[in-house]
Order: sequence, then C-alpha cells, then structure tokens
Amino acid sequence: MKSSRASATRNATVLAWQVAVGTGVLAAWQTLVTLGILDTFFVSRPSEIAKRLSTWVISGTLWGHLATTLEESVLGLIVGAALGISVGFGFARSPMVARVLDPYIKMLNAVPRVVLAPLFLLWFGLGIWSKVALAVTLVFFVMFFNTYQGVRDADRVLIDNARMLGASERQLVRHVLIPSALTWIFSSLQTSLGFAMVGAVVGEYLGSTRGLGYVISQAEGTFDTTGVFAGMTVLGLVVVIVSAGVSRLERWLLRWKA
Amino acid sequence: MTALELESVSKRFDTPDGGSYRALEHVSLSVPAGAFVAIVGPSGCGKSTLLNVAAGLLTPSAGNVRVDGEALSGLNRRATYMFQQDALLPWKNVRENVALGLVFAGSAAAERNARADEWLARVGLSAFATHYPSQLSGGMRKRVAMAQNWIIDRPMLLMDEPFSALDVHTRQRMETELLTLWESTAEATHSLPDRSSGSAEGAKAGAPRLKKTVVFVTHDLEEAIALADEVVVLSAGPASHIVARHPVTLDRPRDLFELRTSAAFVDLYRSLWAVLRDEVIKSQRHA
Repeated sequence: MKSSRASATRNATVLAWQVAVGTGVLAAWQTLVTLGILDTFFVSRPSEIAKRLSTWVISGTLWGHLATTLEESVLGLIVGAALGISVGFGFARSPMVARVLDPYIKMLNAVPRVVLAPLFLLWFGLGIWSKVALAVTLVFFVMFFNTYQGVRDADRVLIDNARMLGASERQLVRHVLIPSALTWIFSSLQTSLGFAMVGAVVGEYLGSTRGLGYVISQAEGTFDTTGVFAGMTVLGLVVVIVSAGVSRLERWLLRWKA
Repeated sequence: MTALELESVSKRFDTPDGGSYRALEHVSLSVPAGAFVAIVGPSGCGKSTLLNVAAGLLTPSAGNVRVDGEALSGLNRRATYMFQQDALLPWKNVRENVALGLVFAGSAAAERNARADEWLARVGLSAFATHYPSQLSGGMRKRVAMAQNWIIDRPMLLMDEPFSALDVHTRQRMETELLTLWESTAEATHSLPDRSSGSAEGAKAGAPRLKKTVVFVTHDLEEAIALADEVVVLSAGPASHIVARHPVTLDRPRDLFELRTSAAFVDLYRSLWAVLRDEVIKSQRHA
C-alpha cells in the first residue's frame, strides 16, 4: 500500500514536470516571436497555432483528415505486424531459410521508403492503399526483427521442460514461444505505431487528396507555417494518446512480470 | 528389471574452432526400476550431458540407450525432467504451471484444475494457486516444479541438480519432501484414478506400481548419499567415464536432519570422497 502511494506521488511529480516543460517551451516560443527575435513567417506562433486548431475542430474539417490518416496507420500496423510476426516466426524456426534470405531482408530494409512512395502510387493508386503499403514497409521490418529475436531468445530450459512434459510443436509455439516473444513484440509495437503514422503521413504528403499529410503539404504549398505546425501538433497528440493505450494493454498482458 | 540402460555411450560436441569436445566416453550404466541413483562428479564432468542423453534431449555420438528394454529414439516419454534452472513458465500462474503436462496431453479444463489443486495441496501451496512464479520464493518454485513433474506420473524422474540454487536449510527441506513423495508414490498413484498422459503408463496401469526410478545428478556428495540407493561417481572431463559405483545401504525412511552425523553415513562419505576427491583435483587443474 505504502509503496503504491509513494509511486502515485512520484507519477504526479513527473506529470507536473512534463506540463512545466511543455508550457515553458511554448511560452519561450511565444515570447521570442512577440519580441521580434523570431519571425512568425518562418515559425508561426503558439497562439496562432492554437487558434488554427480550434478553427479546425469547430468547423469539423480536422476529423475527416484525421480519420483517414488513422485508418491508413491502423491498417498498415495490422498488416505489417501480421506479416512481420509470422515471417519472424518462420525465420526463427527454420534457420536454413533464415540464412538463405538474410541478405535479401537486409537489402529490402535498406531501401529508403520515400523512394518507394511514387511506385506505390503507381501500383495502388491515390487512395488509402498506397499509404497503407508504405506504412507496411516500415512496420514489417520492426516487427520482423523483434519477433525473430524474441523467439530465438526464448529460454532453452523453458523449451526443453515443455517438450519433456509432452508439448507438441504447435503447443510449444502457443504456450512457450509466442508468450516469450511477446515482450519483444510489444516493445516493438510502440515503435511500429509511430512508424505506421510516419508511413501514412509521408504517403499522403507525396500524393493524396485527404489526410493530415495532405493538410500539411497544402499548408506548405502556400507558405502557411501555422497550418504546418498545427498539423504536426495533431499528429504528435494522437501518437501520445494511442501509445498510452498500448502501454496499458502491454501492462495487462505482461502482468506476470514482477 | 532395468528401467534405464546406457551401453557404452559417448557424446562429442563440435567446438567453434572446428574441433570436437569429448564430454562422455564409453559410459555404461544400468538403473533398476524403482531405484534412486545419484550421479556425482566435479563440475564440468558431463553429468548433465549424461542426463540429457537419458532424457532424449541429446542423441549419443556412439552407444545405445534403452528405456524399459526398448531402444530410445527421440524424447524419453517415460521420464520427466527437473531442471537445475527455473523452468516454470513465468506467464502462467502456479496452477496453470502445475497443470501444464495435462494441457499438453489434452485433458479437460475442469479435470486438470482439480488434479492441479490436489497436487498443490500435496506440496503445501494451495494458497498460492493464482500467484505467478515471480511472486514465489526459490523453494516454492521448486515445489511447483515437483508438482508439475509428478502430476503427469511417468515412471522415471530425471533430476539435474534441482536444489543447488537453494540455501542449505531450504535445500534439506526440499530433499526431505522429495523422499517423502518418492516413498509414497505407490499409494499416491492409486488415489489418482485417471492417468491420461500417455500410452506408456496406460499399458502398465493394472500392474502393481513400483516407486519411480530416479536419476539424480548433483555435485554434492552429501546430498547424493543422503538421498540415493546407489552413488555413481563420474570422472573429471573431458572424456568422462564412471570411476566408481557404490551402494548406499542406509535404512529408509531416512531422517535427513540426523542422517549426516550418523557413523554409517560418515563411513560412506569417507570412502566415496576418497574417489571423488581425485577427480575434483583433476578438474581444477584443467580449470
């Protein structure tokens, strides 16, 4: 009991500091612009960004774009994770395949994703799927490497013990390998989430008619820095909220950890 | 009847520099059904390798392994194995861990929970059924591992220094509990009607039951003498082989808290230590 109260106080302190840091940066920014040290043309100013955000919220233009970006990110995350986890598993369970395909995986991972965007536009069109594809190429590798590592990292003794207790190959995967890789998969989920949004937004930025990336690129096209910063703010807030949700899920799924 | 027979078993491992390391060299050993055999030797002498070969986790480079008279291929399905390290699944609670072997055998949830609870009561952990392994002490985790091994009721139990990580008092308690469980096996199996964990036991269900055959690996000679019917001494590695076998004729049931100071125990210890000491010295020269 006592320790949980102590950690509650500590959490409150952390939160207070987080608010303080944010407020401090915004206040400094606002002041520097007001004093004329920074030029609003280049960096806009917090009060105007806030005004723009509230206009977007009130007029409702924000929601459609946000929904599009989220849809693409979530689809990218799901498809990328599913592919990454299954291929990671396959590699970890068949070392021969892993050795043969290893250089190809490295080559593919080295391709800058921005280069792929025009290709995906060509293949999948201007709609959401070209963005989903871009998100998948980012999420896949993170999930793949972590799953591969997680499965290979599984404790030999746990595996031997389960086999001696009569586990079949499938039971071994289900009761030992997946749970043991889960820690790795989860830590990569946080990273993947950010990557999925990066993929979606970059895709939108390079060619689309909807989404936050589109909003930002439109604003940039008219030297509207306020619009650019407002778009970035929305992105940042969404990532913070969603990853808090993922953290909760992670804590629940990994509750067996001391 | 011979439960486990190793016939001139050798095991080599490839080393990273392209050579090979001879862990075991021509080890022949037969363990009668229902016997408690302890294998002692200096560290690094291939005791665990020997046990892994008996478990089917490793295949010998040469020689034969027979279990109940049949050549062993693949895993030894008549044995369970208690590891030196913690082998409980950290993401399953105590009850789920105890029932693990029953899950693998496909028993229904209600039945396996009932049997797991029965075993938790036997090892005195009923109150901890929904705890996770990380919330238990080292001794408690060993009790869970014992229950996990005994619940699937195979005729052979392989143990690889199971208590070596425990403090000396907890260790003595666990040794006592192990002997109590082992000596009560015959009655225990009758009170647990359904043994659905494999055809090997099913075939023998009608026959009068012997105690489990136990092969217990340890580096601690005291522990070996205190527990076993026979102590086997392995030489220092590489190329370990059996240098001595000595029956332990101490009466059972044994009081482990008194036993170690009795004259018979001390005599046995002295004569076995005379053999083991040389091997320990050799092993330290290599290290």
